[in-house]
Amino acid sequence: MQIDNNPYLALPYKILSIQRETEIDWTFTIAFDAPLVGGQFMQLSIPGVGEAPISISDFSPASDKSPGLLHMTIRKVGRLTDSIFELVPGDMLFMRGPYGNGFDVSLLKDKHVTIITGGTGTAPVKSVIRSMVYGSVPTLSARIVCGFKSPSDVLYKENLSLWQQESLGTKTNILLTIDRATEDDTPWSGEVGLVTSHIPSLGDTEQYGHIDPLNAMAIVVGPPMMMKFTTLGLIKAGYLPENIIVSFERNMSCAIGKCGHCKIDETYVCLEGPVFNYVQAAKLLD
Amino acid sequence: MAIALTHPEFDLFFQDLKQSYRIFGPMRKKGKGAMSDTDVIDYGPISSANDIVWLEKSFFSPKVVVNPIRETLFHFVNQRAVVPEIDVQPILLLLRPCDLAGIDRLDTIFLQNGEISDFYYERRRALVKFAIMGCETGFDSCFCAVMGTNKPNRDAYDYAFMPSTKGVEVHFGTSTSTSTSTDASTDASTDASTRLTDDIEPALAPEHNRLAFELPDFSHVTIEQIFSHPMWLEYSRRCIACGRCNTSCVTCSCFTMQDIYTDDNKQLAQRRRRWAGCHIDGFTNMAGGHSFRTKNGERMRFKIMHKLYDFHRRFGKHMCVGCGRCTDVCPEYISFTNTIKKVSEIIVEVTTHANRQ
Repeated sequence: MQIDNNPYLALPYKILSIQRETEIDWTFTIAFDAPLVGGQFMQLSIPGVGEAPISISDFSPASDKSPGLLHMTIRKVGRLTDSIFELVPGDMLFMRGPYGNGFDVSLLKDKHVTIITGGTGTAPVKSVIRSMVYGSVPTLSARIVCGFKSPSDVLYKENLSLWQQESLGTKTNILLTIDRATEDDTPWSGEVGLVTSHIPSLGDTEQYGHIDPLNAMAIVVGPPMMMKFTTLGLIKAGYLPENIIVSFERNMSCAIGKCGHCKIDETYVCLEGPVFNYVQAAKLLD
Repeated sequence: MAIALTHPEFDLFFQDLKQSYRIFGPMRKKGKGAMSDTDVIDYGPISSANDIVWLEKSFFSPKVVVNPIRETLFHFVNQRAVVPEIDVQPILLLLRPCDLAGIDRLDTIFLQNGEISDFYYERRRALVKFAIMGCETGFDSCFCAVMGTNKPNRDAYDYAFMPSTKGVEVHFGTSTSTSTSTDASTDASTDASTRLTDDIEPALAPEHNRLAFELPDFSHVTIEQIFSHPMWLEYSRRCIACGRCNTSCVTCSCFTMQDIYTDDNKQLAQRRRRWAGCHIDGFTNMAGGHSFRTKNGERMRFKIMHKLYDFHRRFGKHMCVGCGRCTDVCPEYISFTNTIKKVSEIIVEVTTHANRQ
């Protein structure tokens, strides 16, 4: 068996824990020790069922106390994810990766940072949000808006509310918003309205300082329509297109530039993305 | 070096090659055509020189030899992956000059795009040597001269076979290196064949095709102008997204992964890949229901631009090699070359309109 140079070979990794974020979004924590960058993705599979690209939502390197951890938030939407949701801690998931470029957080250093996410788009940016909260990347300010459909769709409730508290009195602010008030039983004390409706109020606050759009970086990740209108909203608010970063999602089979599914024009999302500068992303026409 | 062989001599020469190679080439598959009692010219293992179909273009391309329609990547046995071995006997692939350029485009994607080369393609490709089949006149739908694929470099092939009424001229490309092939040529040439002078570059394909046209010049238009043109709507009406153009194209390399269980207890499984195509429904589908290029005209535009614009931007050469098979096989009689001409026309239209304003 030749495996050394076989990039398609998936290896088994142990599931350590499973956190139910919502009914259909669960976070799987897997023992995995290799250098990772937030925004990259893994090719995750179950032999006999299938393989799919899944974003890395957070990670921590191995230490004396813990093995290296990889967190992936997965939505139950298809054949493979249906089967993944049948797994329990201790079971094995097959993986290869990481793939893609990920977020270059050094671009955020000493900038006013705006992060706007929609739904599961919060997952690939979670590690970046964490680095904002804990100051591992020093910024002038960080405004984070995470939008979800309804209170019961909110991901990372515990993390986000902890981070909100930890950020009190700092130059970092996390705002959670739901699209519209629903008759949902889940209590909701956050904001209501699409993420785009919060863009105008981002600019000027006493606590977090005035955003100089020329010295601001923004990250926008979410469903295609949300990204379209959010980036337009930011540009209208004065953000420079070249200072906006987005992340794409595409059908992929190989993740190494061969299968052709993710190609847009001459760009392969798996190789040059999934994280793109808006100026480049705006030229990628399907 | 080149030698002229009579038909019986060429057959002997061919049998000699068979000692060293599995030989694949265009052959007649009786009764396998789309209609009843019709044949199809397709690639398959050639057992004698008489099997080679010289005068017709093959319906499918030789890519199937280096990139099978369906390929098992590994078997999972009790959660362990086992990579299946393949037959490692060298292959001699008979193909036209345009198809040789097509293999170069497959090499570009599988071996050079990105930092990681494709293990499965690479191990098959390493077995293959090429014998060009002379294509003196070409065929009605060909445009190799337009694409510049009619003059392959001698270092890209091992043999070139030029058929004539008397027999077959065998030219030796400069990549011929194995002792076996040299022995084969010497054996055959010592008997009755004529040694030809070496310095004549064989004309392997026509200098000009019956189809002659200029490729579109995209340098003065934006891609948005091309993409948004209503010309593509015609193909939303005509194209039925069957994907024949993709499967017949020598350069279409896209594939999709498939997993299947091969036992009842779900302990034996197989991961494989199979050809996929940008025209075929589901190509861009994502879990959750989102997809891109849902209209067939958008898929036509995507394919045309890939073959004649964006591949060139990425790799410095056009993906399309001008074999014309996509035109031959389309059930809706969509001509690739006419589409190219229409792209040139809309470029003129867009630039003229812009100049007037």
